[in-house]
Amino acid sequence: MILDFTPVFADWPMLLAGAVVTIEVTAASLLLGCLIGLLVGIGRLNPARRLVYGLCSAYLLFFRGTPLLVQLFIWFFGLPQFGLMLPAWACGVLGLGMYSGAYVSEIVRGAIESIDRGQNEAARSLGMSASQSMRKIIIPQAFVRMIPPLGNEFIALIKNSALVSLLTIHDLMHEGQKIISVSYRSLEVYLVIALIYLVMTSATSSALRFIEKRLRSGGMVQ
Amino acid sequence: MTEMIRIRHLSKSFDRNHVLKGIDFDVRPSEVVVVIGPSGSGKSTLLRCCNGLEIAQAGTIDICGERLLDEGVMLQDQKLNRLRTEVGMVFQSFNLFPHLTVMDNVTVGPRTLLGLSAQDAQARARTLLDKVGLADKIQAMPASLSGGQKQRVAIARALAMEPKVMLFDEPTSALDPELVGEVLSVMKLLAQEGMTMMVVTHEMGFARDVADRVAVMDQGKIIEVDQPAVIFSQPKEPRTREFLHAVLNPNQNAFVQSEAIHSITGKLT
Repeated sequence: MILDFTPVFADWPMLLAGAVVTIEVTAASLLLGCLIGLLVGIGRLNPARRLVYGLCSAYLLFFRGTPLLVQLFIWFFGLPQFGLMLPAWACGVLGLGMYSGAYVSEIVRGAIESIDRGQNEAARSLGMSASQSMRKIIIPQAFVRMIPPLGNEFIALIKNSALVSLLTIHDLMHEGQKIISVSYRSLEVYLVIALIYLVMTSATSSALRFIEKRLRSGGMVQ
Repeated sequence: MTEMIRIRHLSKSFDRNHVLKGIDFDVRPSEVVVVIGPSGSGKSTLLRCCNGLEIAQAGTIDICGERLLDEGVMLQDQKLNRLRTEVGMVFQSFNLFPHLTVMDNVTVGPRTLLGLSAQDAQARARTLLDKVGLADKIQAMPASLSGGQKQRVAIARALAMEPKVMLFDEPTSALDPELVGEVLSVMKLLAQEGMTMMVVTHEMGFARDVADRVAVMDQGKIIEVDQPAVIFSQPKEPRTREFLHAVLNPNQNAFVQSEAIHSITGKLT
């Protein structure tokens, strides 16, 4: 069998446009996921606050415990039954972001709980409120510890974003399939797409490694 | 003036373990009180109750005339936070903020809680770091400091809030022996300046030289309170004698019989 990449390269503007959409969807989901993860993670720090803890745990249970594809289809095909018809990109971002938020919440909680109890005691004994201690003392230290696991989560998110092609979003995967439907060159197209995803994921992991190194050299770690 | 710290009938237990059994104790303004006693006697817990890090189930604590604990009910959050700004705390494990420079460790409290401008807070920090002998470490990160230096920064951090009373929870127990002196001399300086201090420590030399009164705790009770000269030369309680003997003669510890203790107490001065 002879590989023929000409149709792929002829349509490179489509792949480029698709890659841009993938980056946009991923970035928006990432932001949403981090925001939700921070809130849900902090909400699960104290089981004594029953309501908040319960709601956050239920969130985690559902969004981590069901397939992403099912969640995406609920947003896109399920909600219209209630007359709630969101644009495809919104379903993609909500679906990916809320799914990712569940994982990020566990990263946030783990990192915060790994900070020595004495840090909070020192902050509180100066007179800081619980939230001041959290914002000024605990989170900045926990943040450094979140970076490696967050890197994994970001990479998973980039790869998972290929699923939004099924919601008619014109991302990299979707554009690739369009090229295949005309050229019948599946292997070539998928190889090129895989390579483009690989570039995105490895760029993300080097960027995070760089940030972590900078923070560590700044003495942010005990 | 009233007492700085006034503790009445304080009782606390962790599960079934009764750690404080009806403590009555006062610390007066400008007084240095050293609390000694065997490990597990409740010294640290008592100290931590005095700024609300531990909550006791019964009894009352008044700090600077304000009721911190009223029969197991802690002062409400906002008032508690404000009261804590007046009570400095120094920990055994320093608990410096590792992500902040020495300067920021000292200024974060005054800037966040007392509303000081960056300039004013830094000026205050410089004075205090100079006082504890660390003027040259202002821009250092805590990780680069020795234990003794860390603890002196921690003292400066607490002082930056201009507290009315300072609590020290075994401030030299985590230090290498050669570094204990530099921390104790800073504490001695504070005592001379008239700071009200409550100190939990195993440094008997510090208790003897600096304390106005020494309180001996054993099994959740204060069994004896007196001037250091009395405690170290004529302790009334047999448990005090046993404890002092064990601390001052660590090498013979294993062979000590209670009969022998009586004859030895004379040597303790």
